[in-house]
Amino acid sequence: MARAAVSRRLTWRVATVVAARWETPSARTLVLDIPEWPGHLAGQHLDIRLTAEDGYQAQRSYSIASAWPGDGPVEISVQRLEDGEVSPYLTDVVEPGDQIEVRGPVGGWFVWRDTATAPVLLLAGGSGVVPLMAMIRARSLAGGRQPFRLIYSVRTPEDALYAEELRRRGREDSGLDVRFVWTRKAPDDWPHPPKRIDVATVNTYGWPPDFQPDCFVCGPTTFVETAADMLVALGHDPKRIRTERFGGA
Amino acid sequence: MSIISRGFGGRRRESPPDLPPGQYLAHDFPVLSAGPTPRIPLDRWHFTIVTETGEKHTWDWKQFTALPAEEITVDIHCVTKWSKLGTTWKGVAIDTLFEEVESAADYVMAHSYGGYTTNVPLEDLLDGKAWIAYEYDGEPLHPEHGGPARLLIPHLYFWKSAKWVDGFRMMHEDEPGFWEDAGYHMYGDPWREQRYHGD
Ligand SMILES: Cc1cc2nc3c(=O)[nH]c(=O)nc-3n(C[C@H](O)[C@H](O)[C@H](O)COP(=O)(O)OP(=O)(O)OC[C@H]3O[C@@H](n4cnc5c(N)ncnc54)[C@H](O)[C@@H]3O)c2cc1C
Repeated sequence: MARAAVSRRLTWRVATVVAARWETPSARTLVLDIPEWPGHLAGQHLDIRLTAEDGYQAQRSYSIASAWPGDGPVEISVQRLEDGEVSPYLTDVVEPGDQIEVRGPVGGWFVWRDTATAPVLLLAGGSGVVPLMAMIRARSLAGGRQPFRLIYSVRTPEDALYAEELRRRGREDSGLDVRFVWTRKAPDDWPHPPKRIDVATVNTYGWPPDFQPDCFVCGPTTFVETAADMLVALGHDPKRIRTERFGGA
Repeated sequence: MSIISRGFGGRRRESPPDLPPGQYLAHDFPVLSAGPTPRIPLDRWHFTIVTETGEKHTWDWKQFTALPAEEITVDIHCVTKWSKLGTTWKGVAIDTLFEEVESAADYVMAHSYGGYTTNVPLEDLLDGKAWIAYEYDGEPLHPEHGGPARLLIPHLYFWKSAKWVDGFRMMHEDEPGFWEDAGYHMYGDPWREQRYHGD
Protein backbone atom coordinates (compact mmCIF):
# COMPACT_ATOMS: atom_id res chain seq x y z
CA MET A 1 0.00 0.00 0.00
CA ALA A 2 1.24 3.45 -0.84
CA ARG A 3 1.60 5.98 1.89
CA ALA A 4 -1.26 8.43 2.17
CA ALA A 5 -0.97 12.08 3.04
CA VAL A 6 -2.72 14.65 5.23
CA SER A 7 -1.71 14.93 8.85
CA ARG A 8 -3.27 17.95 10.32
CA ARG A 9 -5.28 18.87 13.33
CA LEU A 10 -8.98 18.67 12.61
CA THR A 11 -11.11 21.29 14.25
CA TRP A 12 -14.88 21.48 14.46
CA ARG A 13 -16.33 24.26 12.35
CA VAL A 14 -19.83 25.62 12.18
CA ALA A 15 -21.25 25.03 8.71
CA THR A 16 -24.36 26.73 7.40
CA VAL A 17 -26.75 24.79 5.21
CA VAL A 18 -27.25 27.09 2.23
CA ALA A 19 -29.39 24.81 0.07
CA ALA A 20 -30.86 21.33 0.05
CA ARG A 21 -32.28 19.21 -2.74
CA TRP A 22 -33.77 15.74 -3.03
CA GLU A 23 -31.78 13.34 -5.20
CA THR A 24 -34.31 10.53 -4.74
CA PRO A 25 -37.36 10.25 -2.46
CA SER A 26 -35.03 9.13 0.33
CA ALA A 27 -31.69 10.83 -0.36
CA ARG A 28 -31.00 14.48 -0.01
CA THR A 29 -28.03 16.63 -0.90
CA LEU A 30 -27.05 19.34 1.57
CA VAL A 31 -25.02 22.27 0.35
CA LEU A 32 -22.79 23.50 3.16
CA ASP A 33 -21.01 26.77 3.52
CA ILE A 34 -18.01 26.03 5.72
CA PRO A 35 -15.86 29.00 6.75
CA GLU A 36 -12.16 28.52 6.03
CA TRP A 37 -12.67 25.11 4.50
CA PRO A 38 -9.13 23.97 3.61
CA GLY A 39 -10.27 22.15 0.46
CA HIS A 40 -10.55 18.43 -0.15
CA LEU A 41 -9.68 15.61 -2.50
CA ALA A 42 -12.31 13.56 -4.25
CA GLY A 43 -13.14 10.57 -2.02
CA GLN A 44 -12.56 12.22 1.34
CA HIS A 45 -15.32 12.54 3.91
CA LEU A 46 -16.27 14.85 6.72
CA ASP A 47 -17.70 14.19 10.15
CA ILE A 48 -20.92 15.79 11.31
CA ARG A 49 -21.73 16.39 14.96
CA LEU A 50 -25.25 17.08 16.15
CA THR A 51 -26.08 18.35 19.62
CA ALA A 52 -29.48 18.11 21.31
CA GLU A 53 -30.71 20.80 23.71
CA ASP A 54 -29.60 18.81 26.72
CA GLY A 55 -26.09 18.35 25.35
CA TYR A 56 -26.55 14.83 23.94
CA GLN A 57 -24.38 14.43 20.85
CA ALA A 58 -24.17 12.14 17.85
CA GLN A 59 -21.44 12.02 15.21
CA ARG A 60 -21.45 10.40 11.76
CA SER A 61 -19.26 10.40 8.66
CA TYR A 62 -20.44 11.55 5.22
CA SER A 63 -18.52 11.43 1.99
CA ILE A 64 -18.07 14.68 0.19
CA ALA A 65 -20.02 14.60 -3.05
CA SER A 66 -18.72 17.77 -4.66
CA ALA A 67 -15.43 18.54 -6.33
CA TRP A 68 -13.54 21.46 -4.89
CA PRO A 69 -13.16 24.39 -7.27
CA GLY A 70 -11.01 26.31 -4.82
CA ASP A 71 -13.85 28.14 -3.11
CA GLY A 72 -17.57 27.71 -2.79
CA PRO A 73 -19.65 25.30 -0.77
CA VAL A 74 -19.21 21.62 0.01
CA GLU A 75 -21.94 19.11 -0.76
CA ILE A 76 -22.86 15.84 0.92
CA SER A 77 -25.65 13.42 -0.01
CA VAL A 78 -27.40 11.57 2.75
CA GLN A 79 -29.45 8.41 2.36
CA ARG A 80 -32.25 8.18 4.94
CA LEU A 81 -32.20 5.05 7.10
CA GLU A 82 -35.73 4.88 8.50
CA ASP A 83 -34.60 3.79 11.95
CA GLY A 84 -31.37 5.77 11.95
CA GLU A 85 -30.45 8.48 14.40
CA VAL A 86 -28.67 11.05 12.24
CA SER A 87 -29.61 10.43 8.61
CA PRO A 88 -33.39 11.09 9.01
CA TYR A 89 -32.50 14.36 10.72
CA LEU A 90 -30.29 15.41 7.81
CA THR A 91 -32.83 14.36 5.17
CA ASP A 92 -36.07 15.49 6.82
CA VAL A 93 -35.42 18.11 9.49
CA VAL A 94 -32.51 20.31 8.47
CA GLU A 95 -33.43 23.34 6.38
CA PRO A 96 -31.40 26.03 4.63
CA GLY A 97 -30.24 28.53 7.23
CA ASP A 98 -29.61 25.85 9.88
CA GLN A 99 -26.13 25.35 11.27
CA ILE A 100 -24.37 22.07 11.95
CA GLU A 101 -20.88 21.25 13.15
CA VAL A 102 -18.47 19.57 10.77
CA ARG A 103 -14.84 18.64 10.69
CA GLY A 104 -12.68 17.45 7.89
CA PRO A 105 -11.70 16.63 5.32
CA VAL A 106 -10.86 13.15 6.60
CA GLY A 107 -9.16 10.30 4.78
CA GLY A 108 -6.13 10.18 2.52
CA TRP A 109 -6.37 6.70 1.06
CA PHE A 110 -9.72 6.36 -0.69
CA VAL A 111 -8.98 9.42 -2.83
CA TRP A 112 -8.49 10.18 -6.48
CA ARG A 113 -6.15 12.98 -7.49
CA ASP A 114 -6.77 14.72 -10.80
CA THR A 115 -3.04 14.45 -11.56
CA ALA A 116 -3.31 10.64 -11.73
CA THR A 117 -3.23 9.24 -15.26
CA ALA A 118 -4.19 5.57 -14.86
CA PRO A 119 -7.63 4.43 -16.06
CA VAL A 120 -10.16 4.39 -13.25
CA LEU A 121 -12.83 1.83 -12.47
CA LEU A 122 -15.53 2.89 -10.05
CA LEU A 123 -17.87 0.31 -8.53
CA ALA A 124 -20.73 1.78 -6.52
CA GLY A 125 -23.46 0.12 -4.48
CA GLY A 126 -26.36 2.32 -3.37
CA SER A 127 -25.26 5.50 -1.59
CA GLY A 128 -21.66 4.31 -2.06
CA VAL A 129 -21.82 6.29 -5.28
CA VAL A 130 -21.28 9.54 -3.34
CA PRO A 131 -17.45 9.64 -3.10
CA LEU A 132 -17.20 8.16 -6.60
CA MET A 133 -19.39 10.98 -7.91
CA ALA A 134 -16.92 13.40 -6.35
CA MET A 135 -14.18 11.70 -8.43
CA ILE A 136 -16.21 12.02 -11.63
CA ARG A 137 -16.89 15.67 -10.84
CA ALA A 138 -13.24 16.35 -9.98
CA ARG A 139 -12.14 14.85 -13.28
CA SER A 140 -14.62 17.00 -15.12
CA LEU A 141 -13.65 20.13 -13.19
CA ALA A 142 -9.99 19.62 -14.07
CA GLY A 143 -10.87 18.97 -17.72
CA GLY A 144 -9.32 15.52 -17.26
CA ARG A 145 -9.13 12.91 -20.01
CA GLN A 146 -8.37 9.89 -17.83
CA PRO A 147 -10.47 6.92 -18.98
CA PHE A 148 -13.20 6.47 -16.33
CA ARG A 149 -15.81 3.78 -15.99
CA LEU A 150 -18.54 3.66 -13.38
CA ILE A 151 -20.63 0.59 -12.66
CA TYR A 152 -23.46 1.64 -10.36
CA SER A 153 -25.53 -1.04 -8.66
CA VAL A 154 -28.83 0.27 -7.35
CA ARG A 155 -32.22 -1.21 -6.49
CA THR A 156 -34.57 0.65 -8.79
CA PRO A 157 -34.43 3.69 -11.08
CA GLU A 158 -36.14 5.72 -8.31
CA ASP A 159 -33.22 4.95 -5.97
CA ALA A 160 -30.41 6.10 -8.27
CA LEU A 161 -28.57 9.15 -6.96
CA TYR A 162 -27.44 11.72 -9.53
CA ALA A 163 -29.10 9.68 -12.29
CA GLU A 164 -29.64 12.58 -14.63
CA GLU A 165 -26.20 14.09 -14.14
CA LEU A 166 -24.58 10.69 -14.63
CA ARG A 167 -26.45 10.13 -17.90
CA ARG A 168 -25.53 13.60 -19.10
CA ARG A 169 -21.88 13.23 -18.16
CA GLY A 170 -21.83 9.77 -19.74
CA ARG A 171 -22.76 11.49 -23.01
CA GLU A 172 -20.75 14.70 -22.64
CA ASP A 173 -17.61 13.99 -20.59
CA SER A 174 -15.40 12.28 -23.10
CA GLY A 175 -13.86 9.08 -21.84
CA LEU A 176 -16.45 8.52 -19.11
CA ASP A 177 -18.71 5.47 -19.34
CA VAL A 178 -21.58 4.90 -16.97
CA ARG A 179 -23.29 1.54 -16.54
CA PHE A 180 -26.25 0.97 -14.23
CA VAL A 181 -27.01 -2.42 -12.69
CA TRP A 182 -30.62 -2.61 -11.41
CA THR A 183 -30.99 -5.16 -8.65
CA ARG A 184 -34.78 -5.08 -7.98
CA LYS A 185 -36.53 -3.26 -10.79
CA ALA A 186 -35.15 -2.11 -14.15
CA PRO A 187 -36.54 0.75 -16.25
CA ASP A 188 -39.25 -0.33 -18.73
CA ASP A 189 -36.98 -0.09 -21.74
CA TRP A 190 -34.11 -2.00 -20.09
CA PRO A 191 -33.18 -5.10 -22.11
CA HIS A 192 -32.33 -7.32 -19.10
CA PRO A 193 -34.19 -8.48 -16.00
CA PRO A 194 -32.92 -6.99 -12.71
CA LYS A 195 -29.90 -8.77 -11.24
CA ARG A 196 -27.03 -8.31 -8.86
CA ILE A 197 -23.63 -7.23 -10.07
CA ASP A 198 -21.74 -10.29 -11.35
CA VAL A 199 -18.35 -11.16 -12.79
CA ALA A 200 -19.67 -10.86 -16.34
CA THR A 201 -20.84 -7.30 -15.69
CA VAL A 202 -17.54 -6.26 -14.15
CA ASN A 203 -15.66 -7.95 -16.97
CA THR A 204 -17.80 -6.36 -19.69
CA TYR A 205 -18.14 -2.83 -18.34
CA GLY A 206 -14.95 -2.52 -16.31
CA TRP A 207 -11.35 -2.33 -17.53
CA PRO A 208 -9.28 -5.42 -18.21
CA PRO A 209 -6.67 -5.98 -15.47
CA ASP A 210 -3.77 -5.50 -17.89
CA PHE A 211 -4.83 -1.85 -18.29
CA GLN A 212 -3.85 -1.58 -14.62
CA PRO A 213 -6.76 0.62 -13.62
CA ASP A 214 -7.10 2.15 -10.19
CA CYS A 215 -10.26 0.60 -8.76
CA PHE A 216 -12.47 2.28 -6.19
CA VAL A 217 -15.23 0.22 -4.62
CA CYS A 218 -17.76 1.79 -2.27
CA GLY A 219 -21.08 0.74 -0.80
CA PRO A 220 -22.56 -1.49 1.87
CA THR A 221 -20.19 -4.10 3.29
CA THR A 222 -21.58 -7.10 1.42
CA PHE A 223 -21.46 -5.20 -1.87
CA VAL A 224 -17.86 -4.15 -1.30
CA GLU A 225 -16.77 -7.65 -0.29
CA THR A 226 -18.39 -9.21 -3.35
CA ALA A 227 -17.26 -6.59 -5.84
CA ALA A 228 -13.66 -6.47 -4.56
CA ASP A 229 -13.46 -10.28 -4.62
CA MET A 230 -14.64 -10.23 -8.26
CA LEU A 231 -11.93 -7.76 -9.20
CA VAL A 232 -9.29 -9.95 -7.56
CA ALA A 233 -10.71 -13.04 -9.27
CA LEU A 234 -10.56 -11.26 -12.63
CA GLY A 235 -6.87 -10.66 -12.06
CA HIS A 236 -6.75 -7.09 -10.78
CA ASP A 237 -3.82 -6.26 -8.53
CA PRO A 238 -5.20 -6.06 -4.96
CA LYS A 239 -2.90 -3.08 -4.38
CA ARG A 240 -4.86 -1.11 -6.95
CA ILE A 241 -8.22 -1.83 -5.35
CA ARG A 242 -9.33 0.67 -2.74
CA THR A 243 -12.48 0.11 -0.77
CA GLU A 244 -14.75 2.10 1.47
CA ARG A 245 -17.51 0.46 3.43
CA PHE A 246 -20.56 2.35 4.58
CA GLY A 247 -21.57 -0.20 7.19
CA GLY A 248 -24.92 -1.91 6.84
CA ALA A 249 -25.53 -5.23 5.19
CA MET B 1 -19.34 25.26 23.19
CA SER B 2 -21.19 23.18 20.64
CA ILE B 3 -24.10 24.73 18.80
CA ILE B 4 -27.51 23.19 19.36
CA SER B 5 -28.93 21.44 16.32
CA ARG B 6 -32.49 22.73 15.94
CA GLY B 7 -34.98 19.91 16.22
CA PHE B 8 -32.41 17.22 17.00
CA GLY B 9 -33.43 15.00 19.89
CA GLY B 10 -31.30 12.00 19.12
CA ARG B 11 -32.54 8.48 19.19
CA ARG B 12 -30.74 7.53 22.40
CA ARG B 13 -30.95 3.88 22.16
CA GLU B 14 -30.19 2.20 25.45
CA SER B 15 -26.45 2.64 25.76
CA PRO B 16 -24.70 0.46 28.32
CA PRO B 17 -22.53 2.38 30.79
CA ASP B 18 -19.45 0.41 29.78
CA LEU B 19 -19.35 2.00 26.30
CA PRO B 20 -16.71 4.64 25.60
CA PRO B 21 -18.10 8.08 24.70
CA GLY B 22 -19.69 8.38 21.24
CA GLN B 23 -19.90 4.62 20.68
CA TYR B 24 -23.03 2.62 19.96
CA LEU B 25 -23.65 -1.05 20.38
CA ALA B 26 -23.44 -3.10 17.19
CA HIS B 27 -25.29 -6.36 16.96
CA ASP B 28 -23.69 -7.45 13.72
CA PHE B 29 -19.94 -7.42 13.09
CA PRO B 30 -19.18 -4.60 10.65
CA VAL B 31 -16.20 -4.93 8.34
CA LEU B 32 -13.85 -2.07 7.55
CA SER B 33 -10.63 -2.28 5.62
CA ALA B 34 -8.79 -0.36 2.97
CA GLY B 35 -8.80 -2.96 0.21
CA PRO B 36 -10.04 -6.37 -0.78
CA THR B 37 -9.84 -9.23 1.70
CA PRO B 38 -6.56 -11.16 1.32
CA ARG B 39 -6.97 -14.92 1.50
CA ILE B 40 -3.85 -16.58 2.88
CA PRO B 41 -3.50 -20.36 2.71
CA LEU B 42 -2.38 -21.75 6.05
CA ASP B 43 0.60 -23.56 4.54
CA ARG B 44 1.93 -20.19 3.34
CA TRP B 45 1.19 -18.29 6.53
CA HIS B 46 4.09 -16.94 8.62
CA PHE B 47 4.44 -14.55 11.49
CA THR B 48 7.79 -12.79 11.91
CA ILE B 49 9.16 -10.46 14.54
CA VAL B 50 12.14 -8.39 13.37
CA THR B 51 14.02 -6.73 16.19
CA GLU B 52 15.85 -3.42 16.05
CA THR B 53 19.10 -5.34 15.48
CA GLY B 54 17.60 -7.13 12.48
CA GLU B 55 17.21 -10.44 14.24
CA LYS B 56 14.24 -12.43 12.96
CA HIS B 57 11.89 -14.81 14.76
CA THR B 58 9.48 -16.65 12.52
CA TRP B 59 6.61 -19.00 13.28
CA ASP B 60 4.73 -20.97 10.66
CA TRP B 61 1.10 -21.93 11.21
CA LYS B 62 1.94 -25.25 12.86
CA GLN B 63 4.49 -23.73 15.20
CA PHE B 64 2.23 -20.81 15.95
CA THR B 65 -0.85 -22.83 16.81
CA ALA B 66 1.32 -25.15 18.94
CA LEU B 67 2.08 -22.21 21.25
CA PRO B 68 -0.02 -21.95 24.43
CA ALA B 69 -3.28 -20.21 23.52
CA GLU B 70 -5.80 -18.34 25.64
CA GLU B 71 -9.54 -17.76 25.48
CA ILE B 72 -10.24 -14.07 25.67
CA THR B 73 -13.58 -12.33 26.23
CA VAL B 74 -13.33 -8.60 25.64
CA ASP B 75 -15.17 -5.50 24.42
CA ILE B 76 -14.03 -4.01 21.12
CA HIS B 77 -14.44 -0.45 19.89
CA CYS B 78 -14.19 0.76 16.30
CA VAL B 79 -13.31 4.34 15.44
CA THR B 80 -16.41 4.44 13.21
CA LYS B 81 -18.38 4.32 16.49
CA TRP B 82 -19.63 0.79 16.83
CA SER B 83 -18.66 -1.34 19.80
CA LYS B 84 -19.25 -4.98 20.54
CA LEU B 85 -19.32 -6.20 24.11
CA GLY B 86 -18.16 -9.56 25.33
CA THR B 87 -16.63 -10.89 22.11
CA THR B 88 -14.82 -14.19 22.51
CA TRP B 89 -11.53 -15.03 20.83
CA LYS B 90 -8.78 -17.59 21.03
CA GLY B 91 -5.20 -16.61 20.42
CA VAL B 92 -1.61 -16.41 21.55
CA ALA B 93 -0.68 -13.69 24.04
CA ILE B 94 1.99 -11.32 22.75
CA ASP B 95 3.82 -12.03 26.04
CA THR B 96 4.27 -15.61 24.84
CA LEU B 97 5.94 -14.46 21.62
CA PHE B 98 8.25 -12.11 23.45
CA GLU B 99 9.51 -14.89 25.70
CA GLU B 100 11.66 -15.79 22.69
CA VAL B 101 12.50 -12.27 21.53
CA GLU B 102 15.18 -9.95 22.87
CA SER B 103 14.37 -6.28 22.23
CA ALA B 104 15.01 -2.94 23.87
CA ALA B 105 12.81 -1.00 21.45
CA ASP B 106 9.69 0.72 22.76
CA TYR B 107 7.53 0.69 19.65
CA VAL B 108 6.13 -1.90 17.32
CA MET B 109 5.00 -1.56 13.74
CA ALA B 110 2.51 -4.31 13.02
CA HIS B 111 2.54 -5.47 9.39
CA SER B 112 -0.14 -7.33 7.48
CA TYR B 113 -0.57 -9.40 4.36
CA GLY B 114 -1.82 -6.86 1.83
CA GLY B 115 0.53 -4.14 3.10
CA TYR B 116 -1.41 -2.62 6.01
CA THR B 117 0.61 -1.28 8.94
CA THR B 118 -0.21 0.17 12.35
CA ASN B 119 2.02 1.39 15.18
CA VAL B 120 1.65 0.48 18.86
CA PRO B 121 3.82 1.06 21.92
CA LEU B 122 5.25 -2.30 23.03
CA GLU B 123 3.95 -1.82 26.56
CA ASP B 124 0.41 -1.79 25.15
CA LEU B 125 0.96 -5.29 23.82
CA LEU B 126 2.46 -6.90 26.92
CA ASP B 127 1.13 -7.97 30.33
CA GLY B 128 -1.92 -9.72 28.95
CA LYS B 129 -3.17 -6.71 27.01
CA ALA B 130 -2.93 -8.07 23.45
CA TRP B 131 -3.02 -11.27 21.42
CA ILE B 132 -2.66 -12.70 17.96
CA ALA B 133 -6.13 -14.20 17.61
CA TYR B 134 -7.06 -16.99 15.25
CA GLU B 135 -10.52 -17.99 16.45
CA TYR B 136 -13.64 -15.92 16.91
CA ASP B 137 -16.67 -17.31 18.70
CA GLY B 138 -15.23 -20.81 18.62
CA GLU B 139 -14.68 -20.80 14.84
CA PRO B 140 -11.54 -20.19 12.79
CA LEU B 141 -11.31 -16.45 12.19
CA HIS B 142 -13.08 -15.60 8.92
CA PRO B 143 -10.92 -13.84 6.27
CA GLU B 144 -13.27 -10.81 6.33
CA HIS B 145 -12.43 -10.31 9.98
CA GLY B 146 -8.72 -10.79 9.53
CA GLY B 147 -8.26 -14.57 9.36
CA PRO B 148 -6.14 -16.65 9.50
CA ALA B 149 -4.91 -14.40 12.33
CA ARG B 150 -5.23 -10.83 13.48
CA LEU B 151 -3.85 -8.67 16.20
CA LEU B 152 -6.28 -8.09 19.07
CA ILE B 153 -5.69 -5.01 21.23
CA PRO B 154 -9.07 -4.43 22.83
CA HIS B 155 -8.14 -1.32 24.81
CA LEU B 156 -7.34 0.67 21.65
CA TYR B 157 -9.56 1.56 18.70
CA PHE B 158 -9.92 -1.45 16.48
CA TRP B 159 -7.88 -0.15 13.55
CA LYS B 160 -4.87 -0.98 15.78
CA SER B 161 -5.98 -4.62 15.81
CA ALA B 162 -4.39 -5.28 12.41
CA LYS B 163 -6.16 -7.91 10.34
CA TRP B 164 -4.16 -10.54 8.41
CA VAL B 165 -1.18 -9.68 10.59
CA ASP B 166 2.10 -11.20 9.44
CA GLY B 167 4.69 -9.61 11.66
CA PHE B 168 6.10 -6.95 13.97
CA ARG B 169 9.00 -4.64 13.31
CA MET B 170 10.55 -3.25 16.49
CA MET B 171 11.30 0.50 16.46
CA HIS B 172 13.11 2.82 18.84
CA GLU B 173 10.94 5.75 17.77
CA ASP B 174 7.21 5.83 17.17
CA GLU B 175 6.29 6.06 13.49
CA PRO B 176 2.86 6.39 11.92
CA GLY B 177 1.32 3.34 10.27
CA PHE B 178 -1.19 3.30 7.46
CA TRP B 179 -4.20 5.12 8.96
CA GLU B 180 -2.03 7.12 11.35
CA ASP B 181 -0.26 8.54 8.30
CA ALA B 182 -3.66 9.43 6.88
CA GLY B 183 -4.56 11.60 9.85
CA TYR B 184 -5.66 9.09 12.46
CA HIS B 185 -4.41 9.33 16.02
CA MET B 186 -1.00 7.85 16.86
CA TYR B 187 -2.33 6.07 19.95
CA GLY B 188 -6.12 5.68 19.61
CA ASP B 189 -7.59 5.41 23.11
CA PRO B 190 -11.39 5.04 22.72
CA TRP B 191 -12.06 6.30 26.25
CA ARG B 192 -10.37 9.58 25.37
CA GLU B 193 -11.88 9.63 21.86
CA GLN B 194 -8.48 9.78 20.19
CA ARG B 195 -9.77 9.43 16.66
CA TYR B 196 -7.74 11.83 14.61
CA HIS B 197 -4.35 13.46 14.81
CA GLY B 198 -4.51 16.14 17.48
CA ASP B 199 -7.53 14.73 19.39
C1 LIG C 1 -16.36 6.99 5.56
C2 LIG C 1 -17.86 6.96 5.56
C3 LIG C 1 -18.55 7.68 4.60
C4 LIG C 1 -19.94 7.68 4.58
N1 LIG C 1 -20.59 8.40 3.61
C5 LIG C 1 -21.93 8.39 3.56
C6 LIG C 1 -22.62 9.13 2.54
O1 LIG C 1 -22.02 9.78 1.69
N2 LIG C 1 -23.98 9.09 2.53
C7 LIG C 1 -24.68 8.37 3.46
O2 LIG C 1 -25.92 8.41 3.41
N3 LIG C 1 -24.05 7.66 4.44
C8 LIG C 1 -22.69 7.66 4.50
N4 LIG C 1 -22.05 6.95 5.50
C9 LIG C 1 -22.85 6.27 6.53
C10 LIG C 1 -23.19 7.28 7.64
O3 LIG C 1 -22.01 7.61 8.35
C11 LIG C 1 -24.18 6.74 8.67
O4 LIG C 1 -23.73 5.49 9.12
C12 LIG C 1 -25.58 6.59 8.11
O5 LIG C 1 -26.07 7.84 7.66
C13 LIG C 1 -26.52 6.02 9.16
O6 LIG C 1 -26.52 6.85 10.29
P1 LIG C 1 -27.81 6.99 11.18
O7 LIG C 1 -27.44 7.80 12.35
O8 LIG C 1 -28.98 7.46 10.37
O9 LIG C 1 -28.13 5.52 11.58
P2 LIG C 1 -27.71 4.82 12.94
O10 LIG C 1 -28.54 5.36 14.05
O11 LIG C 1 -26.25 4.86 13.10
O12 LIG C 1 -28.17 3.37 12.62
C14 LIG C 1 -27.53 2.60 11.59
C15 LIG C 1 -28.13 1.21 11.61
O13 LIG C 1 -27.72 0.58 12.80
C16 LIG C 1 -28.84 0.23 13.56
N5 LIG C 1 -28.58 0.63 14.96
C17 LIG C 1 -27.81 1.62 15.39
N6 LIG C 1 -27.77 1.65 16.72
C18 LIG C 1 -28.54 0.66 17.14
C19 LIG C 1 -28.90 0.17 18.42
N7 LIG C 1 -28.42 0.69 19.57
N8 LIG C 1 -29.72 -0.86 18.48
C20 LIG C 1 -30.19 -1.40 17.35
N9 LIG C 1 -29.87 -1.00 16.12
C21 LIG C 1 -29.07 0.02 16.01
C22 LIG C 1 -30.02 0.99 13.00
O14 LIG C 1 -31.18 0.21 13.07
C23 LIG C 1 -29.63 1.26 11.59
O15 LIG C 1 -30.12 0.28 10.71
C24 LIG C 1 -20.66 6.93 5.53
C25 LIG C 1 -19.96 6.19 6.49
C26 LIG C 1 -18.59 6.19 6.51
C27 LIG C 1 -17.86 5.38 7.56
